Amino acid sequence: MSDARQTTRYTEYHPRWYRSRVSTWWWLARWPYLKFILREISSVFVAWFVVVLLLQIRALSRGPQAYSQFERWLQHPPVVLLNLIALFFVVFHAVTWFNLAPRAMAVRFRGKRVPDLWIVGTNYAAWAAISLVVAWFLVRS
Amino acid sequence: MPETISLEVLRYSPERDTEPTFQRYDVPLNKDWVILDALNYIKDKVDGSLTFRWSCRMGICGSCGMMVNGEPKLTCATFLSNYAKEGRPVRVQPLRYFPVIRDLVVEVTDFMSKLQSVKPWLIRKEEKPTSEGEYLQTPDQLNRYKQFSMCINCVLCYAACPVYGLDPVFIGPAAIALAQRYNMDSRDEGAHERMDVLAQHEGIWGCTFVGECTKVCPKNVDPAGAIQQYKLTATIERFKSFLLPRGAK
Repeated sequence: MSDARQTTRYTEYHPRWYRSRVSTWWWLARWPYLKFILREISSVFVAWFVVVLLLQIRALSRGPQAYSQFERWLQHPPVVLLNLIALFFVVFHAVTWFNLAPRAMAVRFRGKRVPDLWIVGTNYAAWAAISLVVAWFLVRS
Repeated sequence: MPETISLEVLRYSPERDTEPTFQRYDVPLNKDWVILDALNYIKDKVDGSLTFRWSCRMGICGSCGMMVNGEPKLTCATFLSNYAKEGRPVRVQPLRYFPVIRDLVVEVTDFMSKLQSVKPWLIRKEEKPTSEGEYLQTPDQLNRYKQFSMCINCVLCYAACPVYGLDPVFIGPAAIALAQRYNMDSRDEGAHERMDVLAQHEGIWGCTFVGECTKVCPKNVDPAGAIQQYKLTATIERFKSFLLPRGAK
């Protein structure tokens, strides 16, 4: 934005003002900042699960032998460990985003803002419902 | 409880210093004293050269924002006794991410011009003559934006925002919240004009939703909420501009 760029230029003419540099490690200074960075990193693990899902679909399309090979790959200890870490981050991602949802969604009903708890609750309810449907498919087979 | 409490106050003289230093002062630990009272005690009784901004002492003027033990606070609303139990000196520093002019005084022109760039006033396509009366508003319409109108421009939210620290061209929390205050006002017709400034990388899209601006706000304005809500509005508007014919926007 041209306006903002102009305004940040003013310091050049005041060399006596003191400006501190932001440390590279600023995100370690406070727990909320670290939590924010962890939440951002969690997107990598969300992407990892998408890759796993795509590999699974590919194995499925290549027949039973390829699929059992895929399942064996999943059972390797390093893969299990990686998936456990990924699961932790994906849950962290979901929980932190659900908790932030009321900030982004100002839903109004009959002129009044719907309480935060309802929006968070609806997100969790949808999560539980979809998980139940998935679980039902798994148990049935 | 000890009778005194120590303050470590950042000192910086543009004439003498190249780097700021901390100076320690012992002040009486009065139960009803806030940090600002302690600073005024130092200025009156101990060291008249200590420089800081303040005015109303009651959380209205937004002048006395400082970092207290690393957190952005209005010093008129932060009690000394809250820090007495910690047993270490209370660190008082100027607001983070702003250039320091002297001691605890920071330069906020950057914020002021950003605020102006979002046009925080009622914009009408056509002003109606005064003879036709006021622009009326129902309590429900008032409630839609009232929370955002409580901002006192204390810039604590900027000092809490790592995005602003790392990328100073970011318009920042308070300016966007105040733009939303007018966008959501039923009397205003300037949302489109403000969008040019808001819906770009230095505007709302610079925000990564750290959420600390909302936590430190002494007036419960919720700038983080304002920004996320505007992201939704801007996205919808963008899709509309692609999908709808010109006349229907």
